[in-house]
Order: sequence, then C-alpha cells, then structure tokens
Amino acid sequence: MKLGLDVGSTTIKCVLLNDNDEIVYSSYERHLSKIVEKTIELLTYIKDNYLHDHKCQLMISGSAGMGMAQCNDIDFSQEVFATKVACEKLNPETDVVIELGGEDAKILFISNHLEVRMNGSCAGGTGAFIDQMATLLNCDAAALDKLADDAKRSYTIASRCGVFAKTDIQPLLNQGALKEDIALSIFYAIVNQTIAGLAQGRPIKGNVLYLGGPLTFLKNLRKCFDKTLELEGKCPENSLYYVALGAAYSAANTYDLDDLIAKLQNYSNHTTFAYIEPLFKDEQEYQAFKKRHDQAKIEHADARNYKGKAYLGIDSGSTTLKCVVIDEQGKILIEDYRTNKGNPVELIKDFLLNLYTQYPDIEIVGSGCTGYGEDIVKHAFQIDEGLVETIAHLTSAKAFKKDVDFIIDIGGQDMKCFKIHNGTIDNIFLNEACSSGCGSFLQTFATNLGYDIETFAQKGLFAKMPVDLGSRCTVFMNSSVKQAQKDGASIDNISAGLSISIVKNAIYKVIRCASVEELGKNIVVQGGTFYNDAVLRAFEQELKVDVIRPNIAGLMGAYGAALYVKNKHYQTSTILKLPELLNFEHKVSSVNCGLCENHCQLTVNTFSGNRKYISGNRCERPITKKVKSDELNIYEQKRQLIKSYHTDEGSRNLTIGLPLGLNMYELLPFWNAFFASLGFKVITSDFSSRATYLKGQNSIPSDTVCFPAKLMHGHVEELIEKGADVIFYPCMSYNVSNKHADNNYNCPVVAYYPEVLSANMDSLKKIVFINDYVGIHKPIPFVHKMTNILKKYFSDIHHRDVFKASRKAYQAYQEHMEKIYALGDKIVAQARSKQAPIIVLAGRPYHIDPEISHGIDQMIAGFGCAIVSEDYIAHCNPKAYRVKVLNQWTYHSRLYDACEYVVDQKDMNLVQLVSFGCGCDAITSDECRSLLEAKGKIYTQIKIDEISNLGSIKIRIRSLLEALKQEKEGEKHE
Amino acid sequence: MSNVVEFTKQMKKEYTILVPDMAPVHFKIIMPVFIQEGYHVELLDNQGSGVVNSGLKYVHNDTCYPALLVIGQMIDALNSGRYDVKKVALMITQTGGGCRASNYIHLLRKALVKAGYGYIPVISLNMSGLEKNSGFKLTLGMLRKAIAGMVYGDLIMHLANQCRPYEIDKGSTDAMVDDLTKQCAATLNANKGYSIKQMKELCKDIVKKFASLQLAKTTKPKVGIVGEIYVKYAPLGNNNLEKFLQTQDVEYMVPGLMGFALFKVDNRLEDIKLYGGNMAKKAACKLLFDYLEKMEGVMADAVKKYSSFVPIGRYAHTKELVKDIVGYGFKMGEGWLLTAEIMELCDQGYENVVCTQPFGCLPNHINGKGMIRKITNVMPNANIVAIDYDPSATKVNQENRIKLMLSIAKEKLNG
Repeated sequence: MKLGLDVGSTTIKCVLLNDNDEIVYSSYERHLSKIVEKTIELLTYIKDNYLHDHKCQLMISGSAGMGMAQCNDIDFSQEVFATKVACEKLNPETDVVIELGGEDAKILFISNHLEVRMNGSCAGGTGAFIDQMATLLNCDAAALDKLADDAKRSYTIASRCGVFAKTDIQPLLNQGALKEDIALSIFYAIVNQTIAGLAQGRPIKGNVLYLGGPLTFLKNLRKCFDKTLELEGKCPENSLYYVALGAAYSAANTYDLDDLIAKLQNYSNHTTFAYIEPLFKDEQEYQAFKKRHDQAKIEHADARNYKGKAYLGIDSGSTTLKCVVIDEQGKILIEDYRTNKGNPVELIKDFLLNLYTQYPDIEIVGSGCTGYGEDIVKHAFQIDEGLVETIAHLTSAKAFKKDVDFIIDIGGQDMKCFKIHNGTIDNIFLNEACSSGCGSFLQTFATNLGYDIETFAQKGLFAKMPVDLGSRCTVFMNSSVKQAQKDGASIDNISAGLSISIVKNAIYKVIRCASVEELGKNIVVQGGTFYNDAVLRAFEQELKVDVIRPNIAGLMGAYGAALYVKNKHYQTSTILKLPELLNFEHKVSSVNCGLCENHCQLTVNTFSGNRKYISGNRCERPITKKVKSDELNIYEQKRQLIKSYHTDEGSRNLTIGLPLGLNMYELLPFWNAFFASLGFKVITSDFSSRATYLKGQNSIPSDTVCFPAKLMHGHVEELIEKGADVIFYPCMSYNVSNKHADNNYNCPVVAYYPEVLSANMDSLKKIVFINDYVGIHKPIPFVHKMTNILKKYFSDIHHRDVFKASRKAYQAYQEHMEKIYALGDKIVAQARSKQAPIIVLAGRPYHIDPEISHGIDQMIAGFGCAIVSEDYIAHCNPKAYRVKVLNQWTYHSRLYDACEYVVDQKDMNLVQLVSFGCGCDAITSDECRSLLEAKGKIYTQIKIDEISNLGSIKIRIRSLLEALKQEKEGEKHE
Repeated sequence: MSNVVEFTKQMKKEYTILVPDMAPVHFKIIMPVFIQEGYHVELLDNQGSGVVNSGLKYVHNDTCYPALLVIGQMIDALNSGRYDVKKVALMITQTGGGCRASNYIHLLRKALVKAGYGYIPVISLNMSGLEKNSGFKLTLGMLRKAIAGMVYGDLIMHLANQCRPYEIDKGSTDAMVDDLTKQCAATLNANKGYSIKQMKELCKDIVKKFASLQLAKTTKPKVGIVGEIYVKYAPLGNNNLEKFLQTQDVEYMVPGLMGFALFKVDNRLEDIKLYGGNMAKKAACKLLFDYLEKMEGVMADAVKKYSSFVPIGRYAHTKELVKDIVGYGFKMGEGWLLTAEIMELCDQGYENVVCTQPFGCLPNHINGKGMIRKITNVMPNANIVAIDYDPSATKVNQENRIKLMLSIAKEKLNG
C-alpha cells in the first residue's frame, strides 16, 4: 500500500493506494492548524482500518508538512512537483495546470518546456482570500458561489492581495452594491491575480486542468477562468487529491506507522519559536490593570424613564455599525454595536424602528453620522450632520481628557491616529492600504483557528511565551503564524503574539514613532479593537506608558457624532420619523455614467420618496449635472496639454508610437518634436484605464513592481493595435538635470522598464522597438549618440538631421515646462483672489494619469481647493536646500523643493502621492514629512495602487481640510 | 547634510569602528588592512530578532531589507552594552548610483538620531568621493591590499563550495577555509601578499590545498546563487540560504565579489560611452579596471593551472554572454551583472539558480524577475527561482519554493 499525505496551509488531504494504484481510501478536511495532531489521527485511522501489518510506503507533501517531514525523517515531495507527477500519470494530455490552494496559487506549464510557478510571498492566499471575502459578505465560500449565479455585472476589485481587495469591497458594500455582483467580482479578481501574478507572459492555452479546493468547489470561479482564458478547462475526478496522489505515486520507502506515530507524538512537544515577554506576569497584575482602566467611564442613564430631548450619533464603520443616543448631559441612553453584515441601511432602519416604538418619550432633536457609510446613511435617513471620522473621534476623546495629545483608534478595517495641538488636529496618520492589520485581522485569525474573537483574545492574556511575529500586513502574518505553529507554538502564545503585532504595526508602521515622547502625555486609545485587553496591554508595554481606554472605546465615533450635534444645539432634526420609516424602501441599481470619458460605474440607491443617492462617481457631475470646473486643477490642465502633443503628418510614411506612461508624461513634447522634425508621424497611447491594465497584464513578470510600471505593458499593446511601425521608449539612467539636487537619476524602474517590456512582450517582435540607452541631460553628446542609435534602424538619418531635431526637441520641452509654470501661476493667483485653499498634490509627472491617480485631483477639486503640482512648485522655489538624504533623483528632488517652498506659504498644503511599491518613496516620504513638520505643516500621504475606490482617501483629505479650518478658526479666536 | 558628525583624526586613535559583516570570509581577510593602518575595526556578528526589531523600529518599513538589517544590526549592537557608545564609530559602504542603496548612510544617520545616538560618527566607505572624513582615508596602499583580500576571499569561496558537498572527511572543507582565511589575513597584516608575484604564490597555495582535500565525486544537482549583493552573501539577509542548501545534497556556486567590483568600475566607462564624458576620468577608471582584471586573472589562472575545479567565470566572458539580453547601460544596483551571472552560472553547468532579492528591490524587478523569460529563451535548461527576502517572509515559504526548484533539478539529473 502507498500512502500520500498532503498537508496544506488549511487542509490535510490523504490518499491510500493499493498495489494497482487504485484509491482505497481518501480524506479531505480542515486541520485548523493542528497539524501534527491531525496527522497522528489520520495515520492511526489508516493503520487500524487498512494496514494489517501497520506498514506502508509513505510520502508527505504540502507546505505545512515540510517541517514535520524534515524533523521526523519522512520522505517529502514538494507539492507542485507532486502535482506534476500526478498529472503525468492521470492526464498526460495536459498542457497547463492551474491549482489554487488554501494560501498558494500555482501554475504548471507542462507541455513544451516545463515551467512551474508559485505565487510570491506578497500575492497572498487564494482559498484563504475567498474565505476572508466570504466573511465580509457574511457567508461562506459555497454561499459566495451561489450568490455569483445571479450576478449581473462585476466591479473592478484590486487583485493583488487580499487586503487590497478588501479595501475595494468594503466601500462597495457600504454604498449598497449587490452582494451577487460583488461575489462575481471577487472571482474575477482571483482570475486576474492568477494570470497577472503567475503566467508572467506565457500564454495559458490548450488542455487546462483545474485543481485544488477552490476550483473544485466553486463552479463560478471555474467559469470566470474559462471566460477570461477563452477556453474550457477541466476539473478532473479527484481534483482535490492530486498533490496527495502525486506523493503516493512517488512513495518509495516503507514506514512502520506505529513507530512513526510515536515519533510524531514526541515531536509535537518541541518548542523552538522566538518569543517575547508575557503580557501579564500574573492574575494580580491583570486585576490592577483592569481596575485602572475601569475608571475611564461615561455614565449611562436609564432610557426607560427618560423623557425629553436627545441626540443620535451613528458610526457606520467598515465592519461594524455603532449607534448611540445621549441625553442633554451627554449621558448615554441607548447604545448599539453590531456587525454591519454588508448592509448598514437595513440595520439602521431596524435600530430606529426599535427606538421609536420602544422609547416613544425620547425625542431626537439632532442626529449626526460618520464613518465609511456616512454618505449613504445621511441620505437614506436624512441625518442632520455628516462629519468626518477624525472630528467625531476628537470630539468624544475630549470628553474623557480635555487636553488629549494623541488619539489612536483601531477599528475593524482602519487605524486612525491623530496628534492634537491646542485643541485642534495637528497631524493625521492613517494606515496604508497595505498594512490594514486591524481588528478584522484578529477576527479572521480567530475564526480560522476555530475560536470566537473574545475567547481567542482572552487566551493570549496569560500566555507565557507570546510568539514574536513582527509587524507586517495580514498576508505575511498568515505565513508567520504557520511557521510558529510548525515550531510548536500554542494558541495562547499565538493569540498574544498577534495582539502585540497589531500594536507594533500601529506604532512603527502607521505612526512611525520610536518613543512615547513623540506622542505626548495624554493618550486616548479607542476603537473596538482596544476592548481587547491583550492589545491594550501590549500597547502600554511597547510604549511604556499608561493610556486611557474609555469604557465606550468601540462607540467613540458614534458618541462623538452625537456630542457634535449636541454641541451645535440642534432643536429639531430632519431624521426620518416613524411613519416615514414604516414605508421606507431601498433599491439599488447600477448604471454606467455617460457624462464624460471616465465612464464611472455608478451605484444608484433609491429610497422611498424617490430620493436618490449615487456613489462610485469620481466627480460631482452625475449628481449636480453640472460640468466640472477645471480652472483650478492643474492636473486636468496638464492632461489637456499632454493630449495636444502628436504629429499627424510626416514625410516618412512611418508612424512612431510613444507609450504614454512613466517619464513619457513629461518628455512627450521632447520626443514628439524630435521625431516630427525627422519626418515621422507621431502617435501616443491614450491615458490609462482599467482596460489598459488588463490588456497588458499577462506579460508582467514582477507582481510587486509599481502600478505605473505595470501599465506600460498595456500601453505598448495599444500602440501596436493603433498601427505603430516603430515604438520608441528609451532606457534612461539619467533624467533632465535639476541644479538643486546632488544628481539627476531616474529611479531604477523608470530608467530601465523598457528592458522588461522588450524581454517579456512577444507582440513587440512584430514591430521595431527602440529601447536603447539615451541621455538627454547632455545635449551635445546627445546628438552624436542619438545619431548612432537611429542609424541602426534608419540608414538615411544623418547627424545634421538629428542636430536640427534635437534643437526643436529641447525647445519644445522648455516651452512645455514653461506652459506648466504659467498654468500654475494662474491657478495660484485665482485661488488667492477667491481665498481658496491650495493643495500641492505632489507626486511625479505620471501621476496625472487618470488611472494612476484614480481621480484624486478631481475629488480634491470637488472640495473647493485649487490644485497645483510638484513640478510647478519646485520651479517656484529658487533656493537650493540641503536635505538630510542623498538627493539624487530628478523627480524626487522636486518633492523636496516643493516641501521647502510650501512651508513658507500660509495658504498652501502639500499632499504627497506615493505609488505602492515605490522604493524611492520610502526615503522621500520620511524626508518630506520632516521638512513639513519642522515648520508646523501637516503632512498628508496618499498611497495609490490599483485601488480604485476613493473612500479612505476622502477621509484623509476631509480630515486635512477640517484641520485647516479649525486651525483658521483657532487663529481668529486668538 | 549640514549636521554630519565628522570622524576626526583624534577619533581614529580612540574609537572602535563597527562594520557590518556582509561576506563572512572576505571581510575577515580584509579587516587587517584597516587594523594595520591604525583603525580599530570590529565586524558585527550579532543576529536574531533584536536586529530585525531594531531595524523595523528605526528605519522606514518599506525601505529595502538590507538597509533595515544593516542599520538594525548596528543599533542592536549599540544597545547591547558591549561597546562604549561614546567611543564608537560606524562604517557603511556607499556605492553611489541611482539605487536606494546610496541612501543607506543617510537612513542610518536618521535612525541614529531617532535612537538617541546622533553623536556617533558614520564613515562612508566609497570610491565616488561622495563623503569625506578627516580621520579616515582610503589610501592607494589600502585599496591594493583590500583588492588582494577580495581576491583571496573569492578564491577560497569558489573552491570551498566545490569541495564541501563531496568531502569524505566531514568538516574538512570548512576547517580548510578557516585556516586559509587566517593565513591570508595574517599575510596582509604582515604587509605582504598584495604584489602580483606574492599573490600568484598565495593563490597557487590556496588552490593546491583545496585540490589536496579528499573528495568523493558523485553527481549532485548544481545550484547557483545570484542576487542583490547583501542578501546574496549575508546569512543574516538570506535566512542562512547556504546552510539550507548544504542540507539538500546539492553543490552550489556563488559568483565572487570581483565581478561586482569590476562591474561598478566598468559602469563609469559605459556611462562615458553612452552619454559622453570627461576623458581624464575615463583614463583613471580604465587604469583601475585593468588592474582589477589583472587580479581576476591571477586567481582564475591559479584555478586553471593547479586544479581540475570548475574555473572562475571571467568578467569579460560574463559580460559577453548577456550582450543580446540586456543593455550595458543598466547600471543601478547589480544592473545587467545579475542577469549575466545567471547566464554564466548556467554556462558553467550550474543551471539551477536561486535569485535572491530583497522584497521590492527596484533593480531586481528588471534584472531578476524581468529577465527570467528572456534567459530561458536562449538557455532552455535554466531552472530559476526568484526568492524575496524581508523581515516577515517566512523561511517555510522560501524553502518550499527552493525545494520546488531542487525537485526539478533532481528530476532532470536522474533523466
């Protein structure tokens, strides 16, 4: 008999073969991370029921089985390799295998030159990802599949990793998108992820085999693959067991299972993981801690006996809904905390109905709402005030500590930290899309390990050896936990380790502080996550400081909203009353907006009385029906300018294509004039869109490179489709020089991305692709070097032609930059005459691309701000500064120049756009922050990637504007 | 860069200079060069979670992993109480060029300020004239000796890696490495061993000693290691990759530091070729380049002449291999060299390659993952796996991916 065990990240699979290689026993079950125990259980069962001599040939496979096999001298087969062995035996006609597991995704190209691919460490899990997404929709994976049956459309969901996708899905849910559609969108996200992350340019065609749990169980996922790949893949019999089968086929050595079980029992007692100090020494210490925190209390009043005015606050968060009703003294009459189950509207309706019927004597005279769902809630129930979360939290924190210095709020999905100075918000830190290791993160782990969150957290309190798990994002944490379990860490130690890691993430990644002095004396911590004593304790331990945790830590947003309206002395509220509520209706539909070329997918919520709430829009046009005004938005004006550079006629009858991305966004006028002068017709690709990305996604070799670079693949495809004979996209180590900087490099990706395109895009073989190394920073050698390059492709181009062309090119570039400066001057002058705040939206030239910036500029403009860009502001700055870093990249040095200029301008504030994965920005963002903060300016950073939803960015910008407003008001009072 | 703490002449006498250990064999040989000049240098060997945690605490978490490790290691050492922090200086290399690595020194200074060590001087070890300190000078003599040390390090590593998997007497190779490392260091310390003649002698001696080791030549899969320079060599950076491979019954080869040194000098020549430039500078670079190539020749010849070991891949050959794959203008980080080294390894029979890279390393998007497809087009036997390293990429995942690559290697070997 041959036994194959596949110990995966979430499940354990087993196959027992007889001597004819027929399956006599197989099993598939979740191991809940109790790997060794489950293995022993399985082996015992098999030996007792199938093996009379208790012996068989055995091979272990699977990522979680590796350590166990290694330490116990059991033969091990790498799981992808095992799949290959099984396929060769069972389906020799297979060309490509797509296998999705609990946390791994694999593609095997079997025919014509074997290639095997596994997802990198960033790509996150797939099965685990689906589970996570299903949890968000309050169902399980099977139900998700069922939902997708009735989908009518799909939304764009970032497909790189679970955390990103979540940031896309949550707002969609809050805005009322249909669960059916979201379910389908999730499957498409997985398909795109698999293709972009794993195929890496090699086409998936021929006989395709679908293996692994998700592809076996979810027919809609298979359908999405079929549709995208334009073929019909096969999910064979035993598709769950291929790895186990492969292992069984390769099993060669015979083991006595009794010996093995004894060995494993001994093995499970080993502990080898790295651990840190326990949270509490003993029960006594815990009780003292409890007692101290019990003091931070807001009183409750008896709602039953209350008659009179009251104020309602609603916090519609990413995963939970909080409602609070307070009396005129600020005492809490009613509080309500529940998971939002993907639809806050229904829940609030229930809450209000209950409120009106159970407490007829309470009169709501003012209502406020905040949180992710603020807009929809406000519209649905005609709430009086919508306020940005930061303000809500500040208002409530002040109720506990008037002179609060720092507030940290860790909610389900996001982390908000703000520094208070003179009673106003001085600085805001929000977690990046990447590091959302917050409350829902603990929840997910608890669920995965088979516990509810309270029990799970409680277990960690007295753990003797909390696992040292570092401080990275959820996806990474999965594998850290796996490793810890392999090393024998118990659940309590893992629970404590996770709580500590959340805290480290907040302190070192989000706030970026190294000591408590930077935060101030009076720290208030809040958000549902801080109900967890382990997290609270870890926080105090890490910073070595006592903090205040209000007894209503999870309700602070709602309480703040209620206080806010109370402080505004509302007398009557517009909120829907009982009769209106009884007839309340809520319908959701989706349409494509046709008012401009963005074609936003709009979600239209219709409420009773035909009141509408539209979301998914980038601008106000579908709501106000007014054409947006771009007169104060340099991003839009720069886009118009860029569109004007092309050459429609040429003496050569040859079309040269310039891909509109990365540095071409600034150098387009240069190359357009250059090639026009040489007699070429010059075309460019269009601004990027989602379609651009999808068009090129299957030739992207590195899934962690920045989004602007990934888009280049699509731009090149588009140029070929448009009929370019030649595509010109040179490698450029150096950029135009900036006299303020130490050097004038491009970042490595901008400099050399043409090499990646040339190495990975088959379609380029059809045309001429010129990607030679060019240096325009030295105009004189440039002519000579460029002549040599062009001669390789066009024998009739001479030095004198290139010379002439280069003169025109440099001139065109100069004129282009001057046009930008003139636009900037005009905008600043207009803004100042209107007293509009000026936002310096500082990124790089290619951040004006609408798909890269996702309409952030339009959103900010929608708040009545003027927008100027870093290139213009850097030009305004005549002085050379010495920054504390090596200032060697042309585009980045403009950021430093811009910061230095902005600090002296009262009406200007800088918002830095950072591309996810941009290594250079790890350096620039710290430096920009310190340049601005040294002079008392607020630093705001927006990380952008594939994410197309502006929800969290909106909070950030609104918080900034609100802080500025408060600052201004504060000055008036002084 | 106004408030940089200078390393003064006075400090030279009293201060201990702490140096991060990147390549264990090489650095042990090169250290005496500094000691001889009167510097008190010490290689840092602290490891463990304290290193990573200090890095995470004081360095921007999105910064490349090597920066996080090197800076973390230094701060961890300062915190350890092993040194009089008022009498300590730190040394860090600064390559110059468009990669983030040129900024390590500034990140280190920022981190020191944050950790309360703002008064500690940091010395930049660079050849680009990026920063100068009155108390530290890289003289021509030191440079020559350092180059000699690098040659010995490369040679010992090259030969030891070919012996270790086949040694009959377990541990004999590493004992030999230890002896020879000490011998080379002592020779340099005695102000010898860096003239061409003496180098030829010592190289011959090294080769002969390794050739005398008793080996049982069996056929084992041959694995090559390339990658970002720190992660490629430093066990701290690559989760003890070499140790892991030693348990997997394979032979591995790691290209030497000489290639990287030649590459960095050659870049200046290529720059002038591509964009024009100063002829005097060109002449100076050419001089250094030729000198390095000569040194490379000394060790390569010794291997060829006195043993039947796989010869050392010469820079010129490596460069030629990559001619049609990627442009020589690609100079940031490891630039085209990384791609070329993969091809050189394949050319020498080490077709199973681990490409180590810090998570999010910018040049590696291009020369590593970006070029795998093109390489396999011309070298269909190449079996390459790219592995990301960062503070929380787990060893399990990394080893699992390497094991996949090895499974294929073993299958190929067995037909």
